[in-house]
Amino acid sequence: MIEVGLNHYLAVSSILFALGIYGVITRKNAVMVLMGVELILNAANINFVAFSRYSNFGINGQVYALFVIILAAAEAAIALAIVLNIYKTYANVNVDEINKLKE
Amino acid sequence: MMDLSNIFNSISFVIPEIALSITIVLTVLFDLIFDKDKKIIPYIVLVGLLVTGYFVFAQMDFANFGFTVGDEKYGMFTLDGFSNYFKIIILVTTIIIIFFSSHSNEIIKTFDRSGEYYALLLGMALGMMFMVSASDLILIYLSVELLSLSSYVLTGFTKLSERNAEASLKYLIYGSVSSGLMLFGISIVYGLTGTTNLYELNTLLQAGSINLTTLGFSLILIFVGIGYKISAAPFHFWTPDVYEGAPISITAYLSVASKAAGFALLIRFIKTSFVSYTDASGNWHLLGIFDWQTLLIIIAILTMTLGNFSALSQSNLKRMLAYSSIAHAGYLLLGLAVLSDQGLLAVLIYFFIYMIMNLGAFFIVNLIANKINSEDIHDYDGIGYTSPLLGVSLAIFLVSLTGLPPTAGFIAKLYLFIALVDANMITVAVIALLNTVVSLYYYVRVLKHMYLNKANESTQAVIPTLQPRIIVLALVIPVLLFGIYFTPIVSFAQNCLNILTK
Repeated sequence: MIEVGLNHYLAVSSILFALGIYGVITRKNAVMVLMGVELILNAANINFVAFSRYSNFGINGQVYALFVIILAAAEAAIALAIVLNIYKTYANVNVDEINKLKE
Repeated sequence: MMDLSNIFNSISFVIPEIALSITIVLTVLFDLIFDKDKKIIPYIVLVGLLVTGYFVFAQMDFANFGFTVGDEKYGMFTLDGFSNYFKIIILVTTIIIIFFSSHSNEIIKTFDRSGEYYALLLGMALGMMFMVSASDLILIYLSVELLSLSSYVLTGFTKLSERNAEASLKYLIYGSVSSGLMLFGISIVYGLTGTTNLYELNTLLQAGSINLTTLGFSLILIFVGIGYKISAAPFHFWTPDVYEGAPISITAYLSVASKAAGFALLIRFIKTSFVSYTDASGNWHLLGIFDWQTLLIIIAILTMTLGNFSALSQSNLKRMLAYSSIAHAGYLLLGLAVLSDQGLLAVLIYFFIYMIMNLGAFFIVNLIANKINSEDIHDYDGIGYTSPLLGVSLAIFLVSLTGLPPTAGFIAKLYLFIALVDANMITVAVIALLNTVVSLYYYVRVLKHMYLNKANESTQAVIPTLQPRIIVLALVIPVLLFGIYFTPIVSFAQNCLNILTK
C-alpha cells in the first residue's frame, strides 16, 4: 500500500492543469472552453489544499480554496449568461465562427 | 477567542471602499424601488463617487499596513501615497465616464437597465480600488476577478449588435484563462514559500533556499494575469476586438482605469516583493532571483512595436485607439523597467496625462459616432470643417497622444525619456523614440481625413449640445494647459511616490 503524499496531489493538479489548458486550446464549443477554465481553477485549488495539508503553513490554503470555489461559481454564472447571449445572436456557440471583428 | 482589534483598527483605512460599496447598494436598491425615476441614478452615483473621493483625499498622508493578523506587522492591504494617487485617477476616470455614458447613444438606448449599468461600473471601480492597495496575492486575485467579472458583463451590456456579444465572449475567454493561470501561479508561490503576503514573500526570498526554476515559472504565470490586464504583448490579443466591440464608454474606461489599476498592481508587486533596498538616489536594487528588468524591457519593446505597427493599417478609429493604447502600455512599462523612483515618477505623470487625453479622444469619437453611426476613418472626411469644435479638439488629443509640444503628451514623454536616459538605457530610449515617429503616422492620418479631404455629401455636421461641449472643453483645456504649466502634476506625483515597503 503506498502512502498518499504531497507529490501525488501535485501530480493530479498538474495533470488537471495541463488538461485544462489543452481543453481551452482545442475545444471549439464555448461551453467546453469554459470547462477547461474550471479545470485550471480546480488544479490551483488542489494545490492550495495539498500544500496547506502537508506543510506547516496553517490553514490559510484551505480558506483560499473556499474563496476560489465561490469565485469560480460567480464566473461560471456570468460566463453562461454571456454564452447564452452569443447563442441568441449567432445561433451557435462555436468560438471559431464568432470572428466578425477580425479584419 | 481570536483578537480582532487589528481588523477593527484597519477599518478606517478602507473608508473610501466602504463608501463606494454603499453607493453600489444604494444604486441597486434605488433601481429596484423607484422604477420610474431612473434619470436620478447617475446623480446618486456621482454623489457617491464624490464622497469616496473626499475620503481618499482625507487619508492622503496615511501610510499604513491594514488588516494584519495577530502579531504580524504586514497586512493584506496597504495604504500609501502611491495607492492614493491611483485611487484618485480611478475615481476621476469613473466620474468622467458617468458623464460620458449619459451622452452615449448605446447606453441611452438601454436606458431601462441603467441601474445595472451603473452598479456594474461601480463594481469595476471597487475592484480597482482594492487592486491598487492589495499587498497579498489572494486579495490581488480577488480584486482582479471583481474587476474582470463586472467588465465582462459591461462589455456585452447593450446587446444591440453582434460585435457587442462577440467582444464580451472574447474578453471572457481570454480573461478567465489568464486569471486562472495567475491563480495557479499564486498556488505554487504559496507552496514554495508558505505565504501569500508580498512583504513576507520579500523576507523569505531574501533568505534564499527556494527553487528558482519553479519560482520563475510561477512568477511568469502571475505576470500573465497582470499582463493581460495592462494588455502587454503577447497577452494583448483581446484588446483590439474587445475595445472595438464594447460600448465606447466602457472602451474608454477599460483603456484608462483598468490599465491604471493593472499597472499599480504590477508596480507594487515588483517593488514590495523583489526589491531588496532602495538606495539614496532612488534606484531600486532587485533581489538576484528573477531578472524583472530584462523581462520588462523585452515585453515593453514588443508591446509598443506591435501596438504601433498594427495601428498603422486600422481604419476603424476605436480599433486604432485600441492599438494606440497597447503602444502606450509599452511606454509605461519602460518607465517601470527603469526600476527607480525617477522612472516611477515618469509613470505617474504619464498616467495622469494619458487619462485626460485618451478619455478626450474616446469622447469625441463617441459624439461623432452618436451622429453618423460609424467610427470609420473614411466617414471623417472634412469633418474638421463641418464640426469645428470637435475637429480641433480631436486634433489636439491626437497630437497629445503622439507626444508633440505644446500639449501635455509631450511632457509625459519628456519625463519618460529623461528617466530612460538618466538610467543609461540609451538604446531602449532610441527604440521608444522611433516608435513615437511611427505613431505619428496613424494619428496624423486622422487629421488628414478631417482637414485635407474634401467633405462629401454624406458628411454630416456634428454640433454637440451645451453639456458635451463643456465636457470636451474641460478635457481639452488641461491638455493644453499642462503642456505649458506642468508643475502641479509633477509636484502632485512627487508627493505620491511613496510605496510602503518593509
